[in-house]
Amino acid sequence: MNTAAVSDEATHDEHHDHGLSDVGYIKIALILGVLTAVEVATYFWDFGILEVPSLLILMVVKFQIVVSYFMHLKFDSKVFTYIFVTGLILAMLVFAAMGTSMVFWQNPSGCDISAFC
Amino acid sequence: MWAFLGSDCLLFGALISTYLLLRNRVGPSTSGPTAADLFDIPFTSVSSFVLLMSSLTMVLAVTAIQRAEMETCKLWLLTTAGLGSIFIAGQVYEFTSFYREGLGFTTNISSSAFYTLTGFHGVHVSVGIVMLVTMWVLVSGGQIGPERAETIEIIGLYWHFVDIVWIVIFAVVYLIP
Repeated sequence: MNTAAVSDEATHDEHHDHGLSDVGYIKIALILGVLTAVEVATYFWDFGILEVPSLLILMVVKFQIVVSYFMHLKFDSKVFTYIFVTGLILAMLVFAAMGTSMVFWQNPSGCDISAFC
Repeated sequence: MWAFLGSDCLLFGALISTYLLLRNRVGPSTSGPTAADLFDIPFTSVSSFVLLMSSLTMVLAVTAIQRAEMETCKLWLLTTAGLGSIFIAGQVYEFTSFYREGLGFTTNISSSAFYTLTGFHGVHVSVGIVMLVTMWVLVSGGQIGPERAETIEIIGLYWHFVDIVWIVIFAVVYLIP
C-alpha cells in the first residue's frame, strides 16, 4: 500500500468518524423539517392536553438532533458534551431559581414582582 | 467555542426565563397588548424553517471544505448567510408590525422581555452572518484552505447554536400557549 493510499484511507476514516455524508445530513434536515411541521400543526389543530407535552418533546428531539449530528457532539470527545451540558443544566437552574423566587417572594397584594407593584 | 456556547446557554436561559415569568404581565401603570396577542405563527413558522435549513447549508459548507471543494464551500457559506439574512429580515418585519400595532419596547414589561429575548437572538444571528461573510472572503482569498477546515467548523458550531436557541424560543415563546 503506497503512502497516498494510506493517506486517503486515513482521511476517509477521519471524515467517517467525524460525521455523516452529505446525503445523511440532508435526511437529518428533512426529519427536522417534518418535526417542525408537526409543531406548527399544534397551532392549527387542537391537541388538547397533549399540546404542551408534545411541543416540549418535539423541541427536545429537534434540539438533540441538531446538537448530536450538525454540531457533531455524537462523534466528538465527551468533554465537549460535558461542557455544553453543564451550561444547559446551569441555564435550567437559572429558570428554576427565578421561578422559585416568584413563589417565595410573592407580594400579598397579588403582584408577583415587588419591583413592579 | 464549546465553553463559550455553554456560557451563552446561561444568557439565553436567563432571557427565556425572564420572558416566561413576565409574558402575561403588563405592569401596574402600563397597558397595551402583549407580544403573544400579536404573534403571526404562520409567518414565524416560515422564518423558523428558513433558519433550520441554514443549519443544513452550514454543515454542507463544513463537509465541502473538508473534501477540499472550495467553490462548493463558498456557495454553501453564502447560502447560509443569505438564509440568515432572510430570517433577520423576517424579524425586522415582525418587530415593525408589532410596533405599528402598539407594542413598543417600553409599552409594558411583557414587551420589554419579548424584545430583549428575540433581539438578543437576532444580534447573535447578525454576528453569525458577519462571520460567515468573513469566512467567504477568507476562503475566496485563499487564506483558509482545507488544512484550516476547523475554522469553518467552529463558525458552524456557533451558527448551529443560534439555531438550537431558536428551536427553544419558537416552541416555548411562540407555540406553547
